[in-house]
Amino acid sequence: MQSIPIEHGLILAGILFALGLVGVLTRRNIVFVLMSLEVMLNASGLAFVVASARWGHADGQVMFLMILTLAAAEVAVGLGLIIQMYRKFKTVDIDVLSEMKG
Amino acid sequence: MQDLIWLLPTFPMLGFLSLVLTGGSLPRKIVAVIGAGSVGLSFLSAVLISAQFLASGEDYFVKELWVWMAIGEFTPGFNFYLDGLSLVMMLIITGVGFLIHLYSTGFMVDDPAYSRFFAYMNLFVAAMLMLVLGDNLVLLYLGWEGVGLCSYLLIGFWYENPDNGYAARKAFVVTRVGDTAMAIGLFLLFTQLGTLNIQDMLQAAQQQWAMGSPLAIAAALLLLGGAVGKSAQLPLQTWLPDAMAGPTPISALIHAATMVTAGVYLVARTHVLFELAPRVQMLVAFVGLATLLMAGFTAMTQRDIKRILAYSTISQIGYMFLALGAGAWSAAVFHLMTHAFFKALLFLAAGTVILSLHHEHDIFKMGGKRKQLPIAFWSFIIGSAALAALPFTSGFYSKDEILLAALAVEGPGMLLWIGGVIGAFFTGIYSFRLVFVVFFGDSQGHHEAKEEAHWSMAAPLMLLMVLALLGGWIQVPLDAVFSSGAGHEEAHVSLLVHAVMIAAPFLGIGVSYLFFMSKVFDLDKLMANPLANSLHRFWFSGWGMDALYQRIFVNPFLYLARINRSDLIDSFYALLVSITRSAHLMLARTQTGYLGWYALSMAAGLVLIISLGVML
Repeated sequence: MQSIPIEHGLILAGILFALGLVGVLTRRNIVFVLMSLEVMLNASGLAFVVASARWGHADGQVMFLMILTLAAAEVAVGLGLIIQMYRKFKTVDIDVLSEMKG
Repeated sequence: MQDLIWLLPTFPMLGFLSLVLTGGSLPRKIVAVIGAGSVGLSFLSAVLISAQFLASGEDYFVKELWVWMAIGEFTPGFNFYLDGLSLVMMLIITGVGFLIHLYSTGFMVDDPAYSRFFAYMNLFVAAMLMLVLGDNLVLLYLGWEGVGLCSYLLIGFWYENPDNGYAARKAFVVTRVGDTAMAIGLFLLFTQLGTLNIQDMLQAAQQQWAMGSPLAIAAALLLLGGAVGKSAQLPLQTWLPDAMAGPTPISALIHAATMVTAGVYLVARTHVLFELAPRVQMLVAFVGLATLLMAGFTAMTQRDIKRILAYSTISQIGYMFLALGAGAWSAAVFHLMTHAFFKALLFLAAGTVILSLHHEHDIFKMGGKRKQLPIAFWSFIIGSAALAALPFTSGFYSKDEILLAALAVEGPGMLLWIGGVIGAFFTGIYSFRLVFVVFFGDSQGHHEAKEEAHWSMAAPLMLLMVLALLGGWIQVPLDAVFSSGAGHEEAHVSLLVHAVMIAAPFLGIGVSYLFFMSKVFDLDKLMANPLANSLHRFWFSGWGMDALYQRIFVNPFLYLARINRSDLIDSFYALLVSITRSAHLMLARTQTGYLGWYALSMAAGLVLIISLGVML
């Protein structure tokens, strides 16, 4: 079976990570920020999986499973915070929450 | 019993602690019992210890308690040393101190800060006992500074009036000048002789230093500096008249009977050093002479009853210094004792007068008060007689000894004697001027005033009257202390000398009588004379010493302080502050509160760190 070269996988992971980062930095809607964060997490997971496939080692896949769990936990907490925020401020725009500026 | 000598300062110290820790919450009766009772207990134990010490026939007794601190060779102990000199001092402090405490329980009864007053008084007695009982100069210095602190606290006792606070600060700063000299003297003695234990130090000085060696002169001069500051002698006498701002019992206890004589005690205690430096000893005599004359002139012109007594105290301590300078150590201590009796009596009687006349201090607003204030009147008659050294009063015997010793001094003896006799003449004038103006003549106001003399105030006055009259017959056990002292041989002097010494105070009283009683001489006419008037103003201001010091020391200091207000060092720190502040403002701007901005800066920092790691 022709395996995918590791460079392709890593480049895809890099592109996904950059896309996610741009999303986090530029989005004002907090739901989209959270989604971009998920994209970044999955990009790093992809990099782990590709590396483990290249060296035939299980550690990378274990790591991916852990990232999945972490992302699930994070989303649970994050969504809870978002609901609280929406109740309190009636908006999901994070720039409204700039009250703690120096 | 002698072993219990540590009880002496402990009683007043416990009194002080219990009064301070309860913070004025105790009822007045209990405060009075603690305040006066602790000193009374101290006096009782002093009497018992003295009786046993004198019966034992020993020359001295040392009670070692503990080593205070040990720094290499320097191990001053908390040890008490009892000999004839400290015995006399301790009996004066506790005895006269107890009478004054008893008097104060009546005198201060209307004061809101009753408990604070007795706390300070007890602390003072404890510190003063430490001063006279310490066997080394460090312990003496502890007591020395302790009494200075209490003096400061009690002069400024009525601190609501800023003038009193100023007087307290002045007393503190001026005596500190002398204390600094004394501290340097202690350093010198320790580096040169290796010990500060008084007896060891004196012995070492006798063995190592030649007569008139520069080191002995320097040490004696520095100690004299401390003594001059504490005892209000020229040139550091300016604080004592202002110290009268405190309550009158304070003036009696601290600024007449005990603390101001600490300088006399110090010089007498270290008399060996002064014998090794004859020129300094001569200086002591002339300081005393100049002070007693200057203060005598000033006392004649004052109007405030307490300031008259203050200047007379300065003058009498001048006599003690004259005696010290003449080498008549025991005469000085004897005069110290009789002075404690009659000056405490005069101050307490003055306190009765002031209290009865609703805090009137000006003697020319009193007049004719002998019917209204009988106890104060007789106190003043007896006190002034002793002060003027009329025959058979206590002051007569002590002053007589001093003047004879001054006459026996080789060289300037005649000069010292004449100065002393002139001083006695002035003493007669100013002491009886006070009596005549206050108690005789026509009433000048306060016609309805009644004498306020509770038994607690009258009893101390009576006892002090007896002591002031008969104190001259007390034999002070000082022969063993001053065995090396000169001036003990009975000088054979002509009858003329005695006659002059007895006549001088009577002459002064006569002059005073002509001016203030029979008005043969008209004071107003004399004041109309411009020369006499300006002389009067000059003397009234204490020979312009305050104005002089204001010009020499205070004004230049204030000027320097003013031009140095924004000084170089301060501007350095101001620069530090402004740098920190602007950095803070700059960084505070980055805290926008926008989440994206934070994430961006985190990402940028991460990129920066990773790229640095890759490149290096």
